[in-house]
Amino acid sequence: MSRLGVMAVGVAAIVAIATPFFLKPFGIYLITMWVVLTIAAIGLNLTLGYAGQVSLAQGAFVGIGAYSVALLTQAGWPYPAAFAAAGALCFGIGWVLGYPALRVQHHYLAFVTLAFTTLVFLVLRNEEWLTHGIYGISGISRPTMLGWSTAKPRDFYFFSLGTLTVLAAATWWMLRSPWGRAFVALRENPIRALSLGLDTRRYTLMAFAIGSSLGGLSGALYAPLVQFIEPNSFALALSFNLLLMVIVGGSGYFFGPFVGALIAVLLPEWLRVTQGYYLIVYAAAIMVMMALCPSGLLGLAERALKAAQRHSPRAPALHTEATGS
Amino acid sequence: MASFIQLLVSGLATGAIYALIAVGFTLLWQTSQTINFAQGEFVMLPAFFILASMDFGAPFWLAALIGIGLSIVVLGLVFKVIIVDPMLRHGVLPLVISTIALSLFLKESVKDFYSSQAQPFPALASATDVQVFGAVISLQSLAVLGVAIATVLALHLLLNKTQLGRCMQATAQNPTLARIVGIPVRRMVLYTFLINGALVAIASILVSPIYLAKFTNGETLGMAAFLAAIIGGFNQVRGAILGGVILGVLDNLSAAYLSSQYRGAFPLLILVAVILLRPQGLLGRLEERTV
Repeated sequence: MSRLGVMAVGVAAIVAIATPFFLKPFGIYLITMWVVLTIAAIGLNLTLGYAGQVSLAQGAFVGIGAYSVALLTQAGWPYPAAFAAAGALCFGIGWVLGYPALRVQHHYLAFVTLAFTTLVFLVLRNEEWLTHGIYGISGISRPTMLGWSTAKPRDFYFFSLGTLTVLAAATWWMLRSPWGRAFVALRENPIRALSLGLDTRRYTLMAFAIGSSLGGLSGALYAPLVQFIEPNSFALALSFNLLLMVIVGGSGYFFGPFVGALIAVLLPEWLRVTQGYYLIVYAAAIMVMMALCPSGLLGLAERALKAAQRHSPRAPALHTEATGS
Repeated sequence: MASFIQLLVSGLATGAIYALIAVGFTLLWQTSQTINFAQGEFVMLPAFFILASMDFGAPFWLAALIGIGLSIVVLGLVFKVIIVDPMLRHGVLPLVISTIALSLFLKESVKDFYSSQAQPFPALASATDVQVFGAVISLQSLAVLGVAIATVLALHLLLNKTQLGRCMQATAQNPTLARIVGIPVRRMVLYTFLINGALVAIASILVSPIYLAKFTNGETLGMAAFLAAIIGGFNQVRGAILGGVILGVLDNLSAAYLSSQYRGAFPLLILVAVILLRPQGLLGRLEERTV
C-alpha cells in the first residue's frame, strides 16, 4: 500500500471510531448497517472482483447466516459458536453451489445464483416449522462477549467494527498470499492460469466458498443488529444491492466494498429530502455513474491520482489494478 | 382429464406470453450482448402507457396502438441510445448493473407518477367460456394464445423469410463477418431493440388483464423471461419460445398437482438441471470459449 493509502486508511479509521459519539441512535444504526453490509460486500468482491464470477447469491448467504444465528442463539448456543457455525454453513453451501460455477460462467452463473437466491427465499418463507415463515423471527438478542454487553447501539457498532477489522485484515492477508495471487490470475486470464499449473477448479470454488462464508458472517451480525428478520429482507433485492455496492465502490479494489456500502447505505437516506422520489434519483445516479465510470468510485479516484502524478510513474501493484471485466 | 386440459390451455397461454418476453430478451443478447435485467419492467410499463392514453379519452384499440408505438420509441430507441450505446464498450457487467438500476427506476417512476395500486386492464375477449371435450376454457386464454402465436409467426417470417431478417440473423451470429459482407450492423442492432419494444408491449397487453397492471409486475415476468431463455437456449429464438411454453405449462401443472407453495421452485430446479446437463439450453448451440 502506498503512503497515501496508509494515511487514507488511518483517517478513515479515526473517523469510523469517532463518528458514533456524534450521532443519534438511528445514525449509529445506519453506520452499523454499513459495517455489516461491508463484510458481505468484501465477500462478494472476492468472488466477483478477484475470481471474476458474477454472483447474485450473496444476499441469500446473508440470509442463511442471519437465520442460523437467530435460530441457534435462541436454541441456547453461545453467540461465538453460532457466529462460527453461520460462517461454516455458508462456506459449505457455497462450496456445493460453486460446482455449477465451474461448468458455467459469466451470465449463466449469474442466473444459477439468481435461482439459488429465489430458492432460499422460498424455503425461508415456506418452512414455517423452522423459520416461522412470513412472520419472521423477532427478539433476537445482542451478544454479551466476555462480560461486555453489546445491547446498546454504540457498543454493538464497535463490536461490528471490530469484527469487520479482523475479517478485512484476514482477507487482506489472504489476497497477498499465493492463494490470493491465484484468484487474480483466475480473473485476468483463466486459461493462462490453468497452463501455469494452477488448479483453477479448486481456486474458483475456494474463492466462491470464502466469499459466501463472509456473506454468512455478515448475516450473523445483521440478525442481532436489526433484531427482527423475515424472508423479504433476503430476497433478490439484497443480492442486487450488494452487487451494486461492489461495482459502485470499484470491483477488484480492496477498499471498493467499503466505499460502495457507504454510498448504498447513506445515499438513500440523504436523498430522503426529495421525498418519495429518492429511489428514482438513486437509480438514475447509478445509471449515470455506470455510463461515466464503470470501474467504480475507486477506479475514478485512481484515474484522478494517475493524472495528477503522471510525471512520476510507479509500477502499479497487481492487487489494486482495475479491470475492464 | 377435463381439469388437465383446462390447466394445459391456461398454461400454454401463460407460456406463450413468457415466450414473447423471452424472445425479445434473447434477441438483445444475440445482437448486442445486452443482458436486460429490466425486461420484466419493460413488460410492466406499456400497460401504463395504454392506461394513461385511455385516461385522455382514447378508445382501447387506439390506446393499444399508442402504447405499442411509445414502447417501441421509449423502450427500443431511447433505451438503446441513452443506456446501451454508451455502456457497450465497457463490457457486459456495467450494463447489467445499469439495467438493474433501470428496473428500479421504471418501477419507482410508475409507482410515484401513476399509481401504486393494481389497475384493472381491459381484456381482449369477453369473459365467457367455451366447452372443449368437457373442459371449460376461457375465451381470454384462447385470445391470448391466438395473439401470441400470430406474433411469433410474424416474427419468424420476418427473421427467416425476408432479407432484413437474414441480415439481422447474420448480425447476431457474426457481427464482424456481417459487416464485411456489407450489412449495416448498427442499424440491424437498432432494429432488434425496436422489435423488443414491440414484443414487450404486446406481452403487456396480453398479461395485464390477467395480473392487473401493477408496478411490481415486472419482477415475476422478468424472472420468467430469464428462465425461459436459459432453459430453451440463450442464442436461439426457437429455444426461447420452447422455454417459455415449458415454463408456463409446468408452472400451472406443478401448482395444481405437486405443491402450490413451491410452485416458484420447480422452474428453478429445471433451470439448474438444464445448466448442469446441457448448459447451452435445450435448443442452444455451444458458445465458443473466450480467451
